[in-house]
Amino acid sequence: MGAINSVERLEAYRKELASKVKEDLPAVLVCFGTGCQANGSRLVAEAFAKVIEEQGLRVGVNLGMKTTGCHGYCENGPLVALKPQDILYLKVTPEDVPEIVEETVKGGRVVERLVYRDKVTDEVIARYSEIPFYQHQQRIALRNIGNIDPASIDDYILAGGYAGLAKALGMEPEEIISEVERSGLRGRGGGGFPAGTKWRSCAAVESDVRYVMCNGDEGDPGAFMDRSIMEGDPHAVIEGMIIGALAVGAHQGYIYVRDEYPLAVRNLTTALEAAREKGLLGRDILGSGFDFDIKISRGGGAFVCGESSALMRSVEGNVGEPRAKYIRSVERGLYNRPTVLNNVETWANVPEIILKGAEWYASMGTEGSKGTKVFSLVGKVNNTGLVEVPMGISIRDLVEKIGGGILGGKRFKAVQTGGPSGGCIPERLADLPIDFDSLTEAGSMMGSGGIIVMDEDTCMVDVARYFTNFLVDESCGKCTPCRDGLPRMLDLLDDITGGRGTEEHLAMLEELCDLLTWGALCGLGTSAANPVLSTIRYFRDEYEAHIREKRCPAGVCKALITYSIDPEACTGCRLCAKNCPQECISGERKKPHVIDTSKCIKCGVCRDACTFDAVRVS
Amino acid sequence: MTDVSKFDGIIDRYERSEESLLAILQDFQREFHYVPEEGIRRLSEVTGVPESRIYAMGTFYKALSLTPRGKHVIKVCTGTACHLKGAPQILETLERELGVKRNGTTEDGEYTLECVNCVGACAMAPVTLVDEVYHGQTRASKVMDVVRKQTEG
Repeated sequence: MGAINSVERLEAYRKELASKVKEDLPAVLVCFGTGCQANGSRLVAEAFAKVIEEQGLRVGVNLGMKTTGCHGYCENGPLVALKPQDILYLKVTPEDVPEIVEETVKGGRVVERLVYRDKVTDEVIARYSEIPFYQHQQRIALRNIGNIDPASIDDYILAGGYAGLAKALGMEPEEIISEVERSGLRGRGGGGFPAGTKWRSCAAVESDVRYVMCNGDEGDPGAFMDRSIMEGDPHAVIEGMIIGALAVGAHQGYIYVRDEYPLAVRNLTTALEAAREKGLLGRDILGSGFDFDIKISRGGGAFVCGESSALMRSVEGNVGEPRAKYIRSVERGLYNRPTVLNNVETWANVPEIILKGAEWYASMGTEGSKGTKVFSLVGKVNNTGLVEVPMGISIRDLVEKIGGGILGGKRFKAVQTGGPSGGCIPERLADLPIDFDSLTEAGSMMGSGGIIVMDEDTCMVDVARYFTNFLVDESCGKCTPCRDGLPRMLDLLDDITGGRGTEEHLAMLEELCDLLTWGALCGLGTSAANPVLSTIRYFRDEYEAHIREKRCPAGVCKALITYSIDPEACTGCRLCAKNCPQECISGERKKPHVIDTSKCIKCGVCRDACTFDAVRVS
Repeated sequence: MTDVSKFDGIIDRYERSEESLLAILQDFQREFHYVPEEGIRRLSEVTGVPESRIYAMGTFYKALSLTPRGKHVIKVCTGTACHLKGAPQILETLERELGVKRNGTTEDGEYTLECVNCVGACAMAPVTLVDEVYHGQTRASKVMDVVRKQTEG
């Protein structure tokens, strides 16, 4: 069909789509997110297609199969969801497929060995919505992901897509802005700036050309919600941007996507083409007379391009260096024109806010942070993946209730939030409600929502060194505090982790942090000291152990540790000796082995190879 | 005289606008496994953008390389989650086994070893990419097997 040229036609089209769907039709949903694909979901999907084709007519089972975006529970992929039973199977292999078809699709029975088993209680849970990882979630930004095929605009429309846009077309720009303002939506990309305020400022600037942009340069290590949204529900972002453009009067938009996300680029490109074809993007959107189109701009693998002014320079075809903050991009942004730049998750929330109203959105969350937030719960936690929960959930609930506690029953030490601009929050503050303001008060920040869980085996000095090294690598080099200050901080941290630290090192480190905080040019520079400052603030004892006792309490810093084999636990299987690149492990078969520490390079391969946990670090 | 048609073929895919520069350079990278000097010169001729500015982009963006990369590119994700779950050990093992440092290419031109600051697959940490294929939960003691299995057919 051709373009849809009115709001009424859109609704009629939605009804037409709905009439074609038979609810009682069983459906197999194979996750095609990056994680599941890496685990082989393509082969699983092919196996289903084959079995269905072979048996389809003979047994009379019709099967709707879709390839969906990410369900967020990547660690257990490939994931397969079955409807109408609402069953989720984990770690499915092509060999499991005939059994699933036979038992579940035809017989309605559960294949027990493929369902979720709680690591703590050992309870078996087959229903998707009852798995603790999903049970506590409230999905707005992730509303469609896993349920729709991102390559199908019909799927999105059927799920209620573009209804927010249809409603917005009947509103005055001022009403749209006011709705977003009253919803309390704050930018999900880092700083948490109120989106409505940003839109209002941009709309107020005198100009014949304005732009709206989407920041999909998700650079914070440990965060991948934007990737999941762009890959799994690209139309949600596009619809949000069209509404934003309508509100501020822009006719051209840009989505800046990280170079590392090729699937996101592909799915967004497909979605943009489909939206144009349906008359939802381009000239005369839904017959309203409003023109707006979107271009995709691929990033080049530079962390600093996530900073707003650097991102705009990069889109213009330049080196992505930030500029001084006193020039606001809502006044002079892309090509020096008023520009609204919001991140992927922020845009994805907009259609729902318009459709369901500001009051609905503002009824969730905390005083200063409304709505829900997507977190990527990763690191040393049992259930890793993306979770969307109302703002204000405590760190402890996130880690323990949804995350299922710490891996291997170890002790929970800290969470790191906010990427390289954020900090580490210790376990004793884990009852803190997560929102923009409380995290900032605790010396960290929300950032894009990466929650990296750390256990007793994580060395906090090493974490500070890790982030500093990351920032040295990613500093664009424009301003001196960041370009020259960070390498000096890294030198000091190298000394401390290398056993050469003195009390003066700590004092110098703090001084440099201070310098960076007030002296750097852009937001990434001024926040670059946070990982070091927060670890000194909460884990000073670990720094002191490295400096005074030349000891790494977590057993991470190479210069301060030695490897040995516990003769009680060693079975003499020879696996460590076979893998040792230095050939410095000796011992007879079935007898405890010994490491020659004079030759050991502390590469950790023996510990990794050992299946009996017999290699010790002290 | 350099044959410029191979560059023109890529340049012509895009609108004549400075906005297209980065995308063109990325396509050069994908096609030739690096950004050749002649390519920068040709892009400058066609677009009128000074060579120095295109060169600056070539050195600024990590996705671009001014020297040829190996036949196979191995990327070790060094994002935070991967770091905590053993990426440093994986990187060291690869450096030792391949005989190159990070961002280096083996003498026979087979492998380039790179680090990438998070590929956004944190739930499967630690992640290693071999020619853009994701391998989750990689281990130091097994990573060379993974590389060999994929690259040696």
